[in-house]
Amino acid sequence: MEKMARVTTALGGNTLTGRTMYCHLDAPANAISVCRDAAQVVVAGRNIFKIYAIEEEQFVEKLNLRVGRKPSLNFSCADVVWHQMDENLLATAATNGVVVTWNLGKPSRNKQDQLFTEHKRTVNKVCFHPTEAYMLLSGSQDGYMKCFDLRKKDSVSTFSGQSESVRDVQFSIRDYFTFAATFENGNVQLWDIRRPDRYERMFTAHNGPVFCCDWHPEDRGWLATGGRDKMVKVWDMNTNRAKEIYCVQSIASVARVKWRPECKHHLATCSMMVDHNIYVWDVRRPYIPSAMFEEHRDVTTGIVWRHLHDPYFLLSGSKDSTLYQHIFKDASQPIERANPEGLCYGLFGDLAFAAKESLVTADSNRKPYPGDRRHPIFFKRKLDPTEQFESVSSSALSVFETEPDSSSMGWFVDTARRYALAGRSLAELCDHNAKVAKELSRNQVAQTWTMLRIIYCSPGTMPSANLNHSIGKGSASLPLMNSFNLKDMASGMGSEARLDWSKGENRSENILLDSSATLITNDENEETEGSDVPADYLLGDVEGDEDELYLMDHENAHTEEPEYVLPQEAFPLRHEIVDNPSGPDHLQDKADSPHVSGNEAETVSLTPVESFSLISISHTLYESRLPPDFFSALVRDMLRFYAEQGDVQMAVSVLIVLGERIRKEIDEQTQEHWYTSYIDLLQRFRLWNISNQVIKLSTCRAITCLNQASTTLHVNCSNCKRPMSNKGWICDRCRQCASTCAVCHHVVKGLFVWCQGCSHGGHLQHILKWLESSTQCPAGCGHLCEYT
Amino acid sequence: MAEGENEVRWDGLCSRDSATRDTALENIKQAILRKAEPLRSVKVLPYRSSEQPLNAASWDGFNRILARLLMLSKRCPFEDVREKSQFILKCVQELGIRIPRPLGHGPSRFIPEKEILQVGNEDAQMHTLFADSFAALGRLDNITLVMVFHPQYLESFLKTQHYLLQMDGPLPLHYRHYIGIMAAARHQCSYLVNLHVNDFLHVGGDPKWLNGLENAPQKLQNLGELNKVLAHRPWLITKEHIEQLLKAEEHSWSLAELVHAVVLLTHYHSLASFTFGCGISPEIHCDGGHTFRPPSVSNYCICDITNGNHSMEEIHVAGSVSITDSFCEVEALMEKMKQLQECRDEEEASQEEMASRFEIEKRESMFVFSSDDEEVAPTRDISRHFEDTSYGYKDFSRHGMHVPTFRVQDYCWEDHGYSLVNRLYPDVGQLIDEKFHIAYNLTYNTMAMHKDVDTSMLRRAIWNYIHCMFGIRYDDYDYGEINQLLDRSFKVYIKTVVCTPEKATKKMYDSFWRQFKHSEKVHVNLLLIEARMQAELLYALRAITRYMT
Repeated sequence: MEKMARVTTALGGNTLTGRTMYCHLDAPANAISVCRDAAQVVVAGRNIFKIYAIEEEQFVEKLNLRVGRKPSLNFSCADVVWHQMDENLLATAATNGVVVTWNLGKPSRNKQDQLFTEHKRTVNKVCFHPTEAYMLLSGSQDGYMKCFDLRKKDSVSTFSGQSESVRDVQFSIRDYFTFAATFENGNVQLWDIRRPDRYERMFTAHNGPVFCCDWHPEDRGWLATGGRDKMVKVWDMNTNRAKEIYCVQSIASVARVKWRPECKHHLATCSMMVDHNIYVWDVRRPYIPSAMFEEHRDVTTGIVWRHLHDPYFLLSGSKDSTLYQHIFKDASQPIERANPEGLCYGLFGDLAFAAKESLVTADSNRKPYPGDRRHPIFFKRKLDPTEQFESVSSSALSVFETEPDSSSMGWFVDTARRYALAGRSLAELCDHNAKVAKELSRNQVAQTWTMLRIIYCSPGTMPSANLNHSIGKGSASLPLMNSFNLKDMASGMGSEARLDWSKGENRSENILLDSSATLITNDENEETEGSDVPADYLLGDVEGDEDELYLMDHENAHTEEPEYVLPQEAFPLRHEIVDNPSGPDHLQDKADSPHVSGNEAETVSLTPVESFSLISISHTLYESRLPPDFFSALVRDMLRFYAEQGDVQMAVSVLIVLGERIRKEIDEQTQEHWYTSYIDLLQRFRLWNISNQVIKLSTCRAITCLNQASTTLHVNCSNCKRPMSNKGWICDRCRQCASTCAVCHHVVKGLFVWCQGCSHGGHLQHILKWLESSTQCPAGCGHLCEYT
Repeated sequence: MAEGENEVRWDGLCSRDSATRDTALENIKQAILRKAEPLRSVKVLPYRSSEQPLNAASWDGFNRILARLLMLSKRCPFEDVREKSQFILKCVQELGIRIPRPLGHGPSRFIPEKEILQVGNEDAQMHTLFADSFAALGRLDNITLVMVFHPQYLESFLKTQHYLLQMDGPLPLHYRHYIGIMAAARHQCSYLVNLHVNDFLHVGGDPKWLNGLENAPQKLQNLGELNKVLAHRPWLITKEHIEQLLKAEEHSWSLAELVHAVVLLTHYHSLASFTFGCGISPEIHCDGGHTFRPPSVSNYCICDITNGNHSMEEIHVAGSVSITDSFCEVEALMEKMKQLQECRDEEEASQEEMASRFEIEKRESMFVFSSDDEEVAPTRDISRHFEDTSYGYKDFSRHGMHVPTFRVQDYCWEDHGYSLVNRLYPDVGQLIDEKFHIAYNLTYNTMAMHKDVDTSMLRRAIWNYIHCMFGIRYDDYDYGEINQLLDRSFKVYIKTVVCTPEKATKKMYDSFWRQFKHSEKVHVNLLLIEARMQAELLYALRAITRYMT
């Protein structure tokens, strides 16, 4: 209330002036309505029915319409409406089902004019015809809408909503004969007042009751509806089917919705429960209200724009017994407080991140994060001329790109496809998986599998020849292999992890040195490498060539630097690039810093790796015949290590293959976490079958139930096209087998493919063949079948 | 005692896969026979073996298992389980061990067993319901068997109850059952208390809590007050009650937890009404549901006699009005409905008249059951866990308390209650809303022997009468209708079941609407419990809303 600005707007001849102000009512308000000339407002509620004049500085009570000694339920108003043609005419809807009209021109104290007692239940809404002086419409809880001619004593027509309660009725502003009605079951109906027998059109707009609707004052086809499901939807009614064109998600059920005058895309809403604020939304920007009025202390029950052509004055009544005039200048704008940020994963693993410019620049004083390939791109939002507030926002976009090589997750897909997880003996599974890993040149993984086999398969069952063979294969290039024991392995793993850590630190320092001159750095994405490269280093291969080979690849990758193409389409708003301050720096940066730092990092990390990475298993192991449990702590650490490295695939695969042997070592939650991560990854790569297999093989209850959910498939009968309620193949309506192949007319057993449009289908092979030559349905129904 | 290997595991039986059930049954059989072996040799009577306490304990455990088997043989929706359990019992009997037999006569003491659907005769839809219920709880309780008169409602009821007790929610599982016990104990409903004591222990609740509320955590103790007020005088709930719960430092409730608790409390208060209103018998496997004594004429259960469950002359005494008389009753009721329908528009009562009609109805409802003071309510064994003097029922309304008027147009379930519940405890608002809708709109367009009757007026009268007792007023309802449509004995029944369910007797049940079918009386009960639940919820939620604003 501190910053009370005086606003003056010119509207043709007359001028609206005023400030944010309020007055106390004696009782909670249920509804308010304004006079056509915007000078008076009527407030109605259970215990109040008064007219206030809106003056420059304050509200002045003009008239109390609640006269008479005894309180009557006829005065207990659920809704009130002021005629927009005749300023002496008012109508109220009473909670006991009575519709009352009031004539302010009456000389007596009691202004009550007519009483219609036709509704049996509470009347929720009354509405005058926008142009016709004598026409009044009401909608009631009893499921009827009634149209009254004020010159007659009774209603002229009754529209039945089939005993579904009517929550709102609104005459269309442009279509003389049309009105919209909203219902408690979520439907919206359009009626022609000349045809009371049947609605013109009906559609389901919301889940649960639709509390309110409002026709757009200019665009004649638009209808806004608000419901208990917290949504505001804008429907385009011009087309044959009502089309939802905008949807705004509010935080509480929507009690009223009113289009803002003169602003095509703005509307005001208030809520029925919990939330006391009034929001003004730009429907094109549905996530954040463009303005917000926070004055009320209890739920707002009525909102109305003061004048038909003035977008800056909003009146509201509330359960907290106050009447407010809100001025747009005083509205709070949540957008000012918001930090718009966007984060998106690209198809090939790139990551784009956009944030407010101010945030990004403030941030860049800090130590830059290694692997940040930040593109210094700044956008300035084009100002909307209709916008009263200029929210100048410019944002910066950063893109983190992955190496073309490292980003390729081919190894992941291949591994997932080829791993065997069950159905064979442990030794075979391990061998098989080791072989797969080896072929994909993931030597460390291969080695791990081999070791698992050695640990868990008792030597008695394993022919020694086979053993030798497998080890020989797995480590043909390891001359020193027999001279190490498991301790080495453990420490090796540990120090590798540590090394990795320190390496990261080194690198970030390097970067700091390199790029201290520039605010925005551009260098290697170590993130993906971090998970991959060290894993390869740890392979236990002493042999240098492979590493070098790998490095060569790496280098090559560097030389073909990714082009800095702006993903323009990611920003649908019409941004224009305002400036590119660090452009030259950035280029320079690209030229040297990544290479230098990258090389440094690699040389640093290479040397220590070689010094310890010789791992193998001594043959004496078997002789000592340690129980497999002896190693489980070690294996557990190993799994943890893989999971931390990001190779959750390995962790889960080992978990499944070892099953009971290791399961108890790892707590349920961790396991569940691994499983969900792996399944998520598999599904991203569309490896549905494999993910399902993993779900099936998992022992976590939370995971196994994943593929138990929504297993029902609803099918239509291909003959009568009705839903098949029966289980089985016979349609219980037409008594025929529903799943015959449309091509060969035999019953399909096994894979059945069908068109969701016409329910016809058949053997996968037959349909495939048919569609090669024709686009129409093989059953001859004329449907242009689509199979995806 | 043989643990582990010998432990009888029941969980496999709930599976929908018949092979799994088969294996589970086989295991049960093995385990039971193993257990029976050592007991067989001991020729001491189970309950007198004070010198062998260990043995007595093992007998006790074994008998419990047998009782459970008996329950399965009668109440499992899967035929194979029923048959096999029967078979196992027979095997045990052949070993010379006494096996239990069910006490009482079917799921309800008020409704003859032959009227109630037999497990095994259900149609496909009901079978799915039964199987769902069995899979969720491992049992098919008597409430379900009575409610299945109205499968459409039952489905929604089970779904809601399952969600409240077993699905995601802010409260831990054992708290939920404990709150259920608290709520049921308020009405001394030993049936529900027993059921939930078992469930409470099954989900790992601390048995110590069952010795009384003072042994439960402070947090639950704090809920006691709300429970009491909600059950008997919900109109007295203020935002201070809510505040006390939410601001109790380390024992405070979160809003979401509180809403969950409130929904549970109201659910179990009204379920207690249903239990007494339909005379639900104890579960077969619970105390009082079975006996090990051989059947003999002299050994009738006291309970059965007091309730006159199976003696024909009882019915004659109750039905002292002749058949033709009661036939007229239905006719008269229908005539009245027709009249009301027609003359509604003609005479319009004045506003004051309408208001006073509501007040009269409200006041009268206070005194409706003052006459049944003389009636001796059967002494039930009050729930042993909550025999606590501070818990005794206080008859608030008898003293003619002034009940303030709550106007539904200002705070109703559809607009306000729903939004609040759904906000704080997602999805539950939706489920309860559905349940209310089904209960309110359920009709088969029949009345006793008449078909194609629009019963909406009667249903609305019942619903509004119950809300009227709680001081909830509908502006758009003429409370004169209630007087026209509901006769005194019906009002007595409604009032008793809703406000003091533990006093409901078979006589009351029999004496209202004598010509109506049992399924219709169960239908009335559904209206009663849903209207009661909504009334309690409205008061509690209004208090929460007031606290929040």
